[in-house]
Amino acid sequence: MNSLIEINHLSTHFQTGDGTIKAVDDISFRIREGETVCIVGESGCGKSITAMSIMGLIEGPHGKIAGGQIRFGDKDLLKISKEEMRRIRGNEISMIFQEPMSSLNPVITIGKQIMEPLMLHQQMTKKQAYARAIELIELVGIPRAEQIANSYPHQLSGGMLQRIMIAIAISCGPKLLIADEPTTALDVTIQAQVLETLRKSKEQSNMSIMLITHDLGVVAEMADYVIVMYAGKIVEEGDVVELFERPKHPYTQGLLKSKPIIGQRKDQLYSIPGQVPNPLELTESCYFHDRCENCMTICQTRQPRLMKMDNGQRVACWLYDEEAQHE
Amino acid sequence: MQLSITTTVNKISKARSAPEASTSLFRQSIRQLRKNKLAVAGFVFILFMFLICFIGPLFSPYADGKINPAQMHQPPSAEHWLGTDLLGRDVLTRLLQAGRISLTVGLASMALSMTIGTLLGITSGYYRGFIDQLIMRIADLLFTIPSLPLLFIMGALMSEWKVPTDYRLYIVMIMLSLIGWPGVARLVRSQMLTLREREYMLAADVLGLRDRRKLFGHLLPNVFPLLIVIGTLSTGGAILSESVLSFFGLGVMPPTPTWGNMIDAANNVIDFEKRPWLWIPPGLAIFLTVIAINIFGDGLRDILDPKQNTSR
Amino acid sequence: MRTYLLRRCLYMLLILFGASILIFFLYSLTPGDYVDNNLNLSDQRKAELREIYGLNKPILERYVIWISNIFQGDFGYSLAQQRPVLDLFQDYIWNSFLLASAATFFTWFFAVIIGVLTAYKQYSLFDTLVMIGIFAAMSIPSFFIGLFLIKLFAVDLKLLPPGGMITTGSRAEGWEYIKDVLHHMILPVAVMVLLGVGSLTRYFRSNMLEVIRQDYVRTARAKGLKERTVLYRHALKNAMLPAITLIGFELPGLFGGSIIIEKIFNWPGIGQLYMSSFTVRDYPLLMGFTMFIAILTVLGTLLSDILYHASDPRVKL
Repeated sequence: MNSLIEINHLSTHFQTGDGTIKAVDDISFRIREGETVCIVGESGCGKSITAMSIMGLIEGPHGKIAGGQIRFGDKDLLKISKEEMRRIRGNEISMIFQEPMSSLNPVITIGKQIMEPLMLHQQMTKKQAYARAIELIELVGIPRAEQIANSYPHQLSGGMLQRIMIAIAISCGPKLLIADEPTTALDVTIQAQVLETLRKSKEQSNMSIMLITHDLGVVAEMADYVIVMYAGKIVEEGDVVELFERPKHPYTQGLLKSKPIIGQRKDQLYSIPGQVPNPLELTESCYFHDRCENCMTICQTRQPRLMKMDNGQRVACWLYDEEAQHE
Repeated sequence: MQLSITTTVNKISKARSAPEASTSLFRQSIRQLRKNKLAVAGFVFILFMFLICFIGPLFSPYADGKINPAQMHQPPSAEHWLGTDLLGRDVLTRLLQAGRISLTVGLASMALSMTIGTLLGITSGYYRGFIDQLIMRIADLLFTIPSLPLLFIMGALMSEWKVPTDYRLYIVMIMLSLIGWPGVARLVRSQMLTLREREYMLAADVLGLRDRRKLFGHLLPNVFPLLIVIGTLSTGGAILSESVLSFFGLGVMPPTPTWGNMIDAANNVIDFEKRPWLWIPPGLAIFLTVIAINIFGDGLRDILDPKQNTSR
Repeated sequence: MRTYLLRRCLYMLLILFGASILIFFLYSLTPGDYVDNNLNLSDQRKAELREIYGLNKPILERYVIWISNIFQGDFGYSLAQQRPVLDLFQDYIWNSFLLASAATFFTWFFAVIIGVLTAYKQYSLFDTLVMIGIFAAMSIPSFFIGLFLIKLFAVDLKLLPPGGMITTGSRAEGWEYIKDVLHHMILPVAVMVLLGVGSLTRYFRSNMLEVIRQDYVRTARAKGLKERTVLYRHALKNAMLPAITLIGFELPGLFGGSIIIEKIFNWPGIGQLYMSSFTVRDYPLLMGFTMFIAILTVLGTLLSDILYHASDPRVKL
């Protein structure tokens, strides 16, 4: 499988009154064609910012891409013009967001909102776009497409709206669909429907999906490959089965341990001690060190590198870095 | 693998002993406000205005307002920094004395309308039902009638009843607050309605707290930031209204100077053209004071009500 | 929808009733009336006139007469001008309307453009300058800036006329007349726009700022739509929606005239009529005018409501 998109040493910083926040701090990964990659992590770890950086939606003056390159096809997305990027958005790379209830314009009909990218990117006429919109609504499993097309967002439920979002996102046949916590705001049963819709769309067009979530259940269901982020850095990545069965990084281990298992009796649910560090107070160290039960001296003073293990997994942890062994 | 138990324990204990950032809302607000340089400038100017208006005249040799026909209509000079008026009185001193009145009236009428408006707004929003309807209807009524004619009538009434100059001041304050309270009451009421439905109010209900406890313990503290903002911003409006009244000769009357009636006194052909030092300083004084109040009030609003972040 | 309108109209009438009572009794409180203040009349004549005008009747009776007349469209009879109040309105109101409509148009025009621009370019130098300008516009006393501009442009620079609607003694007709009026309109309209544009710009700016932050604007950008489309079709449409309610509130201002502006610029509008009637205590006219404004205010509120419900698909009546 070929690489569809390669992110190399991407850094995105935000200027605040109190200092610079390195929301994304030198991360590198790639997504292959037809692959579903899940980015997991707690709130604030930088996963959404990564997605926005890829889409070119980081807004100044406070936000800035501080370095790196994003290879997509033969282009570096960070170097192309705004106009070129705009043509790629919604067309070759599209994105859906977390809150379907507020992600659609409340005063424009559903149909018109689906037609917009079709008319723009695919140069369809109004009639063609309308017909395609109806097709898309049916494709995502919503009955009475004509009626829906003429309704307004506030008349639909969250699950339906999210599926409309998916319809809009896949309308121009993108190579990559980025989904930022698409099911977090929805009920579990609706969640299943939405994920199913995503899966079907992917199968039909061999589209790659970058799925951002903090829900390990979703990861287990959808992912081919998993990337774990913490405080703006990638701490572990690997094939989904390998990661779940043999997590290497203490953070990943903690995450998996926190998930309650039905049928298992426990006095207390496990949770990783401590809190996510203040992004303004990060020092040169492993960012996870103050919550890690295996913390060593070197973890407090130097940042671990992302190292490749024998089974293809990558971990950034001094436990596996031979350099640390010689301390 | 090296396990440094001591370092881990040290880490945890250090984290525990670090003082929690428990600065009160007040202190946080002050800190944020300081960052807004414009608002700080506004506040400094307001302070300056108050100081020179209330303390300034004490340093002036002309504070007694004695009439000095020999010196009348003098342009600005070393002795009279802003010249003299038609009765030979020092304009600068009168300007500062007028400032006392205008500022006092502005503040007092604001305080009065805030008090009335808040009390009625809280009652209206909290108890709902008949009393809510009643208060809101009266407020609607006052809104419907145009304010300027209303103020004029009240001003004319004062003239007809030959209210002595000293008392006119107080009547003007009352008049302005009668016009001002409906706006305050409406805002406070809508805030009350929102707060009432909040979850913590439901919790207070469940705990069986008494009405008064709920009102003062929970609702009022949440209304407070809104009140501060409304109060600051409406002071500017009150000062403007007072100046309009005085300009039309229906507010405070000479010889007591207010910024408004100083402009009115100079609103004749000769003074207007040839003696700008008579009416430009009071106008500028109103303008600068109100703009400072508005900028400061806006800065307050930014930090006290982040949802309505209009400037940043 | 029907019941809503009906209830609203009923409520409107109630409020107007209350307003009429308040207005009538307030004006009745002020001692002295036109007849008393007229120095030209002998005491005997005064007594006669009072009988004729029914000024001696008890206050309640006078109120009932007045209010029932209003219902029939009769706003009273001006004692000073010896003409029905409505006729007088006709003469003066259009002058005020001229000023007010021009001012309202330009105020909205500038407010929308500047408001949207500053929201789009938030944090820029332009934004900061505009914000300061807005504060200045909102803080300046109307009469002061009027006087100041007159001094500057009319007296010192002699570019514009200092007041009035037409050049005194002019007998111009047709296009010459229109040009003359326009020339005289410049300063008063400029002042009115200056005073009103501040808060309206602020309003549009904060609406726009809020809308730009919304999720659906982010979605529109993510769809790869042109920035212009995002701004106009998605953001602006939503930002302007609540502004529709403001249109209704402009109604009383459009016909009510500005007492202050008309005094300073000596503009023969209905505000000036009010002031001159005020000094001679011509109550029928004063009450009629105040009542008229009250009616416009209430109508304007109703208009705002209807417009809002008609334009926002989320709001159901």
